[in-house]
Amino acid sequence: MKIAVCIKRVPDSETRVKIASDGKSLEEAGVKFILNPYDEFAVEEALRRREHAGAGEVVIVALGPPAAQETIRTALAMGADRGVLLQVERIPPDGLEVARALAAELRDGAYDLILFGKLAIDDANHQVGPMVAELLGLPCVTTVAHLELEQGRGIAEREIEGGVEVVAFPLPAVLTTDKGLNEPRYPALKGIMAAKKKPLEVKPATLGPGGLEVLALTLPPERREGRIVGEGAAAVVELVRLLREEAKVL
Amino acid sequence: MSDVLAVVEQRAGVLRSVSHEVVTGARRLADALTGRVDALALAGGAVRGAARLGAFGADRVITLTNAAFGAYAPEGYAQAVAERAQTGDYGAVLFAATALGKDLAPRVAARLGRPLAQDVTDVLVEGGVVTVVRPVYAGKALLRLRFGATPALVSLRSNVFTPVERPKAGATETAAVAIPAGRVVVQEIKAAAVGALDVAEAPIVISGGRGLKDPANFKLLEELAAAFGGSAAVGASRAVVDAGWRPHADQVGQTGKTVSPTLYIAVGISGAIQHLAGMRTSKVIVAINKDKDAPIFKVADYGLVGDLFQVIPQLTAEIKKSRA
Repeated sequence: MKIAVCIKRVPDSETRVKIASDGKSLEEAGVKFILNPYDEFAVEEALRRREHAGAGEVVIVALGPPAAQETIRTALAMGADRGVLLQVERIPPDGLEVARALAAELRDGAYDLILFGKLAIDDANHQVGPMVAELLGLPCVTTVAHLELEQGRGIAEREIEGGVEVVAFPLPAVLTTDKGLNEPRYPALKGIMAAKKKPLEVKPATLGPGGLEVLALTLPPERREGRIVGEGAAAVVELVRLLREEAKVL
Repeated sequence: MSDVLAVVEQRAGVLRSVSHEVVTGARRLADALTGRVDALALAGGAVRGAARLGAFGADRVITLTNAAFGAYAPEGYAQAVAERAQTGDYGAVLFAATALGKDLAPRVAARLGRPLAQDVTDVLVEGGVVTVVRPVYAGKALLRLRFGATPALVSLRSNVFTPVERPKAGATETAAVAIPAGRVVVQEIKAAAVGALDVAEAPIVISGGRGLKDPANFKLLEELAAAFGGSAAVGASRAVVDAGWRPHADQVGQTGKTVSPTLYIAVGISGAIQHLAGMRTSKVIVAINKDKDAPIFKVADYGLVGDLFQVIPQLTAEIKKSRA
């Protein structure tokens, strides 16, 4: 089985957001970057499928700045075979431009599966995976939380409002992974050492102008300072009165 | 001047109420663009409730029927929406940022070769151009984007665009479309418990954290939710989902769902930054926690310091009383 996993380097989820002086981007000084958590499920799934098949290759593909090489090495340390960095100065705000660059790289790869995390926790664009599928003309299932593959066909389960959708699809296919699909492994020391020697190809990516322009990145308005209504069950009557008469939500 | 296409949703032939929000957002946008609103439903047959979309601002309600459109057919839906979007002068195509909308919108965007902004919390027209605001970094910042191409494809976050009714009916039309069955087929929907509301869509969310001490104690929150008469859903913090107490579908926060209910009640949740990210846009926040220094009180409009095992049953009784 030949599997591509598209990953992204993102700021850690504990990052305190500061706006850069351009007023349009994150101040990156002092920010710790990680492998996007949803992409970990994709990497883990690819490794399990390769291990289960007993043969195959897992290729990590990322579009990002030079520092994304470290992120690719993290996935290689988990057990992936090789990496490709499509190098850009900045990741554009228009997800379709990212999808086009990835699709161009993946098109002739003869992959059985192309996996993505369901979204990146920084810009939460939530679109690149299914766009790549459309550009490549491949079937696609998004936000997969359970997966069975057998003889060129798959059954995936995805959460929808108030239920779970059971979806059948043929391979090759593009899937985006959700939490719950698996428990991603931690890279072992041996894996980290091995990852340093695995092939990582870096090539410049060509991006179009894109159809989205960032006007501003701002901090959300502070919530008005709340108040403590009281202590213990005795304060419940007052709380309900405030919700009804002041907040008017009852 | 251009029109707005509002893609609405049905399940089992019944219009989903989130569609009212999409049409309301579309109306607002169409007024700014001095255009019309076309609501577009994709279904196996007639959609119950679609005719009433005129009351939310649709000038025309179009239902495209296909034997394969009863359940969500990703490829067929994408083709039908993309084809329709190319027939008119649409300045924008709006979706609900639901499981279906977030899956469908990128497919349509790729087919049309147009940009997409998902999960937006505001949409407006500036100098004739569509601009949107969307939360990024899990709600820790807001990104303002301008579309450089039309139609602008946008999905709207649930519970943000409050439906507005107006005394007007839209014209309705139904047409069968011949589109090949896609390769991706929804075989069944395993429904959650009957009547269970999704946390991302419920007007009231009551979430529990580690303070509940035991999974069985979520019964207290379910009883409180029931006291609200079917408008409340029970959510959970990441800690209790990771511990296996509650399903991931109920998780509120950065690696769960982002919610914007009218009322959010956090019970026994300390308020880690990744949880706050998922619920800080709620209209009114109530925190109930025994630790008066818990960070959750910093974002709560109303805080109650106390033992949840005494407070919650009391609150359930008072809510029942107030609704009687």
